Amino acid sequence: MTKLLHVDLVSVEAKIWSGAAEMLVARTTEGELGVLPGHQPLIGLLAEPSLVRVKRPGGEERCYEVSSGFLSVTGERATILAETCQHSEARVAH
Amino acid sequence: MAANLQVLRRRIRSVTSTRKITKAQELVAASRIGRAQERVAAARPYAETITGVLAELAANSQIDHPLLGRRDPVVQAGILLVTSDRGLCGGYNANVIKETEQLAARLRDEGKQVVLYVLGRKGTAYYRFRDRPLAGSWTGFSERPTAAEAQETSDSVMADFLATSGERAIQELYLVHTEFRSLIIQIAQARRLAPVELPVAESGGLRPAYEFEPEAGVLLRELLPKYINARVYAAMLESAASESASRRRAMKSATDNADDLITAYTRQMNSARQAAITQEISEIVGGANALAAAGSEE
Repeated sequence: MTKLLHVDLVSVEAKIWSGAAEMLVARTTEGELGVLPGHQPLIGLLAEPSLVRVKRPGGEERCYEVSSGFLSVTGERATILAETCQHSEARVAH
Repeated sequence: MAANLQVLRRRIRSVTSTRKITKAQELVAASRIGRAQERVAAARPYAETITGVLAELAANSQIDHPLLGRRDPVVQAGILLVTSDRGLCGGYNANVIKETEQLAARLRDEGKQVVLYVLGRKGTAYYRFRDRPLAGSWTGFSERPTAAEAQETSDSVMADFLATSGERAIQELYLVHTEFRSLIIQIAQARRLAPVELPVAESGGLRPAYEFEPEAGVLLRELLPKYINARVYAAMLESAASESASRRRAMKSATDNADDLITAYTRQMNSARQAAITQEISEIVGGANALAAAGSEE
C-alpha cells in the first residue's frame, strides 16, 4: 500500500474539496511541480491562471482552476489556498 | 365610556400589528444567525492556513515590507469601521461607533489625524449627519458580505496605507468590528490591522526546513495583502453574525413588550366594558324602581 497525501483545497469563502491523493500537480511561478507524499515542506506561489490536478487513488483525476493561489506542503498534507477555485472538467492531454 | 372602549380597542389592534412585525423580524434574524455562523466557520480554514503559512514565512526569513514596518512619524491613522445597513438591532451600531470614537479620541491625543472608512449604511449616515468627512464608505452588504466585497474594501484601504505621500496617505490602520462571542455576547473590538503584527509560529523544537517557490520575499509580498483581506473578510462575517444576534435580541424584547402592552390594554378594556355594563344595569334598575315607585303612588 502506497502512502497517500492529504489534500485540502480552500478558497476564501469555503473549503472546496478535501481528500486523499497519490499525487498533486500544480504550476508555480517557477515551473510545474508534482507533490508526492513525504515531499519536503514547501510554500509556493501558483502561476496565473493555474490548473491544479489531483491524482486520486484508483486512477481518477480531479482538476481545479485556481486563481491567486498558494501551495503549502507539510509532510503528508498539502493545502491549496485560492481566491477562487473551480472544479474543471477539462482534461489535460497526456 | 363608549369612547374610551373604542380608543383601547384601537390601541390593542395597533400593538398587535406591531407585534406581528417584530415577531417576524425576530424569526428572520434568528434564522440568519445560523447561516452567518456557517459562513464564519466556512471561512475559517482559509484564515487559519494563511496565518500558519505567514508564520512559517516570518520564522524562516528576515524581510522588510511596507505592510510590516512601523512608520515614524504617524501623521494620519485610518479606522475601518463595520456597521450594519439596517436598524432595529438594539445597541449594535451605537456600540461600534462608541468604540470607534474612543479609539479616535486616543489617536488624536497622540497627535494623529484620524481618517474614517465606514462599512454599512448606519455608520455612514451617522458621520454624514455630523458632517464628518469619510475617506471611504461601502454599503449594501452588511448582512451577507462576500469575499469580493471584502477584497474591494481592503484593496482601497490598503492603497491608502501603502501610499507614501498625499492627502489620503495613512501610516496606521485600525479595524473596529463586533466580535461574535456567543448568541448573547457580542463585543465591539478595535484592533490594529496594519502595520501587520506577524503571527508567531508555535515553536515545537526543530523547525522544518521549508522550500520557497519563488523566494520568501516575493511570497511574503503576495501573501500579506491576502492575509489582511482575509482578516477584513472575517471581521465582516463576524459582524454580520453579531448584527443578526443583536437584532434577534432587540426584536425579542420588543415582542415581549408588545405582549405586556396587549395584556394591560385588554384588562383595561375589559374592566371598562364591565363598568359600562354595570352602570347600564344600575341605570335600568334605578329607572324601573323609579317607575314602580311612581306607579304605586298613583
